[in-house]
Amino acid sequence: VHLTGEEKSGLTALWAKVNVEEIGGEALGRLLVVYPWTQRFFEHFGDLSTADAVMKNPKVKKHGQKVLASFGEGLKHLDNLKGTFATLSELHCDKLHVDPENFRLLGNVLVVVLARHFGKEFTPELQTAYQKVVAGVANALAHKYH
Amino acid sequence: MVLSPADKTNIKAAWAKVGNHAADFGAEALERMFMSFPSTKTYFSHFDLGHNSTQVKGHGKKVADALTKAVGHLDTLPDALSDLSDLHAHKLRVDPVNFKLLSHCLLVTLAAHLPGDFTPPVHASLDKFLASVSTVLTSKYR
Repeated sequence: VHLTGEEKSGLTALWAKVNVEEIGGEALGRLLVVYPWTQRFFEHFGDLSTADAVMKNPKVKKHGQKVLASFGEGLKHLDNLKGTFATLSELHCDKLHVDPENFRLLGNVLVVVLARHFGKEFTPELQTAYQKVVAGVANALAHKYH
Repeated sequence: MVLSPADKTNIKAAWAKVGNHAADFGAEALERMFMSFPSTKTYFSHFDLGHNSTQVKGHGKKVADALTKAVGHLDTLPDALSDLSDLHAHKLRVDPVNFKLLSHCLLVTLAAHLPGDFTPPVHASLDKFLASVSTVLTSKYR
């Protein structure tokens, strides 16, 4: 991804304040609530019957944290997202069979969650930087699909 | 996609919270969209798109007023938005992909300004609402 120096530093400064467990859980939870068809990958997660059940589901929270921690790793390798996510890309294609459209959906939900948590601090400039990153990560995760 | 009674309640409650910030939120959503998704600027080559642009503020108000009208006519969206639908189909011809981009930026704006009200169910209802409006606005394209 092509980020200016300012974008990179803004992005990193915000990420330092992110509670990966909280935000990861909320992002994944909201994905499952707002786009219920995404639940197709998580039938083994137990009760996803109501928005409340989803948001409080411990498996959702745990998995959300895992996903966001991985995303956070990606932020350290913005010059080589494809390389960084190569193995995960193969996994999502060959084992998990996840349509890459879902990465784009989750990326945008993450942006909305960051906006909710950081309010005014999540300026249009910061959003722009994060939109570039979520698009880059989504593309990287789709890169090894065949 | 159908708006359930619960969706309609959520949408109306959320929009009431927006109150007289609607025009500001509309303008902010546009600013976010132009910055995050530069291709959207191609429809506004005749606008000053700088920060605090009067034209963007004016257009944000237009968008917000249309959404306010839509909120008041959730059961009859195609009818209420018919003129706007004609406008987008025959004059503006904005590619359908762009409605998703503006909708997303509207959600980001609402989330940033109304964090406590923007619960997951409300988020879901508003996403459906904006998708419904987008569908109506592109319904006469061909």
